[in-house]
Amino acid sequence: MKGAEALLKALEREGVEVIFGHPGGAIMPTYDALYDSNIRHILVRHEQGGVHAATAYARASGRVGVVMATSGPGALNLVTGLADAYMDSTPVVAITGNVPRALIGTDAFQEADVTGVTMPITKHNYLVQDVNEIPRVVKEAFHIAATGRPGPVLIDIPKDVQLAEFTGDFEVALDLPGYKPTTKGHPKQIERALDALEKAERPILMVGGGAQHAHGELLTFAEKTGLPVITTLMGLGAFPGNHPLWLGMPGMHGTVAANRAIHHADVILAIGLRFDDRVTGKVSRFAPHAHTIIHVDIDPAEIGKVVRTHIPIVGDARLVLKEMLKGAKPLRLAGWWRELEEWRTRYPLRWKPKPHLQSQEVIRAFFEATGGNAIVTTGVGQHQMFAAQFFPVTRPRSFITSGGLGTMGVGLPFAIGAKLARPEELVIDFDGDGSFQMTLQELATVVKYGLDVKVVILNNGYLGMVRQWQDLFHAKRYSEVYLADSNPDFARLAEAYGIRGIRVERKEDLRKGVEAVLNADGPVVAEFKVYHEEGVFPMIPAGGAAEDMIIEHPEEKEEVEA
Amino acid sequence: MRHVISVLVQDHPRVLNRITSLFARRGFNLESLAVGTTHVPGLSRISLVVSGDDHTLEQVEKQLNRLIEVLKVTDHSEPHVERELCLVKVHVAGVEERLAVKDIQEAFRARVVDVAQQSLILELTGDSKKVDSFIEALRPYGILEVMRTGAVAMSRGERTLKVREKREAV
Ligand SMILES: Cc1ncc(C[n+]2csc(CCOP(=O)(O)OP(=O)(O)O)c2C)c(N)n1
Ligand SMILES: [Mg+2]
Repeated sequence: MKGAEALLKALEREGVEVIFGHPGGAIMPTYDALYDSNIRHILVRHEQGGVHAATAYARASGRVGVVMATSGPGALNLVTGLADAYMDSTPVVAITGNVPRALIGTDAFQEADVTGVTMPITKHNYLVQDVNEIPRVVKEAFHIAATGRPGPVLIDIPKDVQLAEFTGDFEVALDLPGYKPTTKGHPKQIERALDALEKAERPILMVGGGAQHAHGELLTFAEKTGLPVITTLMGLGAFPGNHPLWLGMPGMHGTVAANRAIHHADVILAIGLRFDDRVTGKVSRFAPHAHTIIHVDIDPAEIGKVVRTHIPIVGDARLVLKEMLKGAKPLRLAGWWRELEEWRTRYPLRWKPKPHLQSQEVIRAFFEATGGNAIVTTGVGQHQMFAAQFFPVTRPRSFITSGGLGTMGVGLPFAIGAKLARPEELVIDFDGDGSFQMTLQELATVVKYGLDVKVVILNNGYLGMVRQWQDLFHAKRYSEVYLADSNPDFARLAEAYGIRGIRVERKEDLRKGVEAVLNADGPVVAEFKVYHEEGVFPMIPAGGAAEDMIIEHPEEKEEVEA
Repeated sequence: MRHVISVLVQDHPRVLNRITSLFARRGFNLESLAVGTTHVPGLSRISLVVSGDDHTLEQVEKQLNRLIEVLKVTDHSEPHVERELCLVKVHVAGVEERLAVKDIQEAFRARVVDVAQQSLILELTGDSKKVDSFIEALRPYGILEVMRTGAVAMSRGERTLKVREKREAV
């Protein structure tokens, strides 16, 4: 057996069913072995598409996503996607070929120091020097990727190692003496946390992506205590978006209710989130009335990194919530809820109707037509925030977006990965005209595998989010954000790929357009030509605090609201 | 505040790289770094001198612990021994200078490890403060070059930098 076959066997033993990838010289022995393998390979058109698809596969399924690429340029095309998976704590294993061992360090053809380059953007990485090490490295890589705080792990395998005769053993024990994530929360700390919540007058529960797998316990805990729940962008769906205890998303484009709740809270229970600056705004002014912050996270380094923490609990969100449930009591929060209810009814998410078709109403129409039963992926920009605001998913692992890195171009490959992970689900990619064009080559992948994904491009003819900042903070100096003069005809572009293309331009055609997308047999690219000067509100300017929240566009204040 | 930190690592390729990359990436201030093998095959020990406030130091320790190949991290705040080795090449023109340098050498209990016509190499071991003053004392005579190893440290008494019990991670 060659190293390449041993690699695939080791992957099979990890339960791998799908690999996203793109071949090339240094990984050819493994592609040769793949020819006889039961593992399904999805050929993408750019390695970045592959790593994003693997990321979404992982996020949608809870399993490890796998991507494969050749040395040098192939591997370097993974960089953005690895950084994205790292920022959003997603378990991905990337396998890259490298030049033969004897050529490493000689600037050989297609050589790059991939382990060096990816060191700061992976949880761990390996350069395999000995063919018999393959089973151990694969086992460790999957273990590291999936346990503790999940993250990407890269395995770089020189071509001659893939070709070498394997004489090793597949029965290997994990030997990671320096890696033992703490999963069970400290009982004393949990007791303190429950005690603080019981004494609280204005407590809140904030959850992030680290609680996606704890959705069941979270729901029970919230319902038992009656705590108001706030979900970050990464936490959307961990708690149902139609639940009366849900206040929405916090932060820069969060709801008034969520941000005010944080501002006035005296006790904050934060689970599986890392207080990103898009959530906190200016840290020194974040949650100024909170005398107790309880932070539950599996990564001790996140606790105390950004905000002062009074009760740190290192552990897995699910296990900690399970323990907390044992002592949870209904809290007396009637007064607090009256305040929250007032903010919620007074400042619902809304938009000012314009004569033009608007992104918000497009997303809302899809939400209504589907009952929210879809996996949503997004690009990055205004449309991403509108999707978060107006498509409040009700189920976990259903809102797949680039949170930490904010990577334009993830929408389509995320949709591909999500569809392959959960083929029975409706998958909608709400994309931007700018974002979509960063990875649109993956339409070919959609065609090749007949993937029924619905791409909804909210075409505002602009890099809208950048335009919004220029509008508000750069004196309307719209520097290099105009796309409409050179955007393709998206519907015809889709048709060129053999995908159904739809264009909707007028408000009155919205329902019909939405139906056409949802009723279409197979993939669709639907371009909705939306109002080009829209702004995302509410907004807390970068470095601001809840009190600095702009609820609507300053120049539109006096108008009647929808 | 200046801290001396000991790190026990698996001596895998690039492990040092991971540590320096982490310091660069997180903007931690690394004053010196010393590394060597230990009595246990496969384990190396690194001494880091880091400056920063309590919050930074907490992050240094936690971020180091996130590295898969790091087995143990200790910030030596407890009683510990700290040593640094330093070689100083000084210019000595005449007999008078040679005698003066010899006085300094004796006062610091340094050793002469190389004698040439115009120069001496002195070797000194001590904590970093002592090494600092040694260099300052020699400066007027014309230092030609200095090489310091950076501090290494060890806790006093029975305390050791032990690997925690091996336990299957969940
Ligand atoms: C790869 C990448 N480059 C640049 C940016 C900066 N950026 C953030 S949002 C945005 C505009 C996105 O435009 P579009 O996809 O059309 O979305 P819109 O805001 O118009 O809805 C840009 C350029 C980014 N997030 N990612
Ligand atoms: Mg746009």
